Amino acid sequence: MKVTADRRRCMAAGHCAISAPTVFDHGEDGLVVVLDADPGEDAREAVETAEDLCPSRAIAVETAGTERVPAR
Amino acid sequence: MTTPIPTEDKRLFAYPQDRSCPWQPSSGYRELGERGPLHRVRLWDGKSIWMVTGHAQARRLLADPRMSADRSRDDFPAVLPRLDAPIFKPIAIIGFDPPVHDIHRRMLAPDFSLKQVRALRGSVEELTGKLVDDMLRKGPPAELIEDYALPIPSMVISELLGVPYDDHAFFEAKTVGLLQAKSAQDAEAAGRALWDYLDELITAKEREPGGEGVLSRLVGRVDEDGDLTREDLLRIALALLLGGHDTTSQMIALGVVTLLEHPHQLAALRADPGVLPAAVDELLRMVSVTDVSGVRVATEDIEIDGYVIRAGEGVLVSSSMTNRDPEVFPDPYRFDVHRAGGRNAASGRHHLTFGFGIHQCLGQNLARMELEVAFAVLFDRIPDLRLAVPLDGLPTRSGGTMQGVHTLPVEW
Repeated sequence: MKVTADRRRCMAAGHCAISAPTVFDHGEDGLVVVLDADPGEDAREAVETAEDLCPSRAIAVETAGTERVPAR
Repeated sequence: MTTPIPTEDKRLFAYPQDRSCPWQPSSGYRELGERGPLHRVRLWDGKSIWMVTGHAQARRLLADPRMSADRSRDDFPAVLPRLDAPIFKPIAIIGFDPPVHDIHRRMLAPDFSLKQVRALRGSVEELTGKLVDDMLRKGPPAELIEDYALPIPSMVISELLGVPYDDHAFFEAKTVGLLQAKSAQDAEAAGRALWDYLDELITAKEREPGGEGVLSRLVGRVDEDGDLTREDLLRIALALLLGGHDTTSQMIALGVVTLLEHPHQLAALRADPGVLPAAVDELLRMVSVTDVSGVRVATEDIEIDGYVIRAGEGVLVSSSMTNRDPEVFPDPYRFDVHRAGGRNAASGRHHLTFGFGIHQCLGQNLARMELEVAFAVLFDRIPDLRLAVPLDGLPTRSGGTMQGVHTLPVEW
């Protein structure tokens, strides 16, 4: 699955780095950094939790050509 | 301008209503929640707004850029009389829309990031241990607010901001004066005292640059023609000082009460310290220490699940009720530290106690860490802690949206 994070939307809530610490981290500015943009399926539940909890809708998950863009 | 209250509005549900149990909303809220996700409710000034009790609707509305958080707007509802005070219009960060909100929030992001919070944990454990040492030396009994629940967040936010903790009695009293005021005049007086205090403090930091803490760092970024004016900095200082200690202290206190009144849950927590993060989020959900996940005003007509919120109408998201939406939280009135099921460290985080959308609490990770440390240290060091007064004898806050007790007498 393809994972992207929009740093222009990120508000540094930190849910992603807690939900999926192998996929997301934070930079010195506190904002999201994607560590693994193409994680394996075993990370799916954690990545989807991160996407769901992100309050500023900064995370998007794309699976086999179908992109899920969070509602704005 | 005064508008007569239409007769029908007098029959609307009056918001807010006091709890009779420290960790459960009033029965009136419960009945309202069972009727649907959105409701018209009447405020103290006779105006009516939407109250949202549905979790999915709350998340959508709080993440919707057509909902404004700008408290300086004429149509922004004053949920309580104190919120009519000029000091709250506008309050930094929470009372601003993008782009100003985002600019100020990002200036603060490094200071409240997960990494920064994790780095602070050791020092919070140390100060918490010292507070318990003092309680054990002096007591039993102890007064848990003054001896424990308040000094933890108060010391932490002082250190983080660079506000002298020696002044804690002053800023704590004025914060309570501001947040618990029954009138706009009383709120304004307490708020102005804090404003003047912070103004002097920032003047001192301007004279001696290079000090420790967020405020010293931001003093160096003040630019009257840029993104941070001196007045912006003062408003940010006020918001962080207020937001940084009162709700966390009451969450510690009410969390302790909730755990003591659920001895099997407390025993489960003590038996498995790995449950602690999930237990903290379950307490945050249950207690919903501030009933307001967010207040907004619609800037356009917004349709949501068959309801139409008209432009200019106010919306209040109730955390205590959205946190009890049975669609998301089965058996929602039950306190269960294993609710998150241990599947994922974050799976207990769906509650809306910290809000949702771009305004979700800036200090949430700091608050979670302080709560984890506070509960772990207290119940580890004083395992036979108990209330020193009956539960229904606790002096509780009333007439507002922020839950709390004035004092919390305990013994062991």
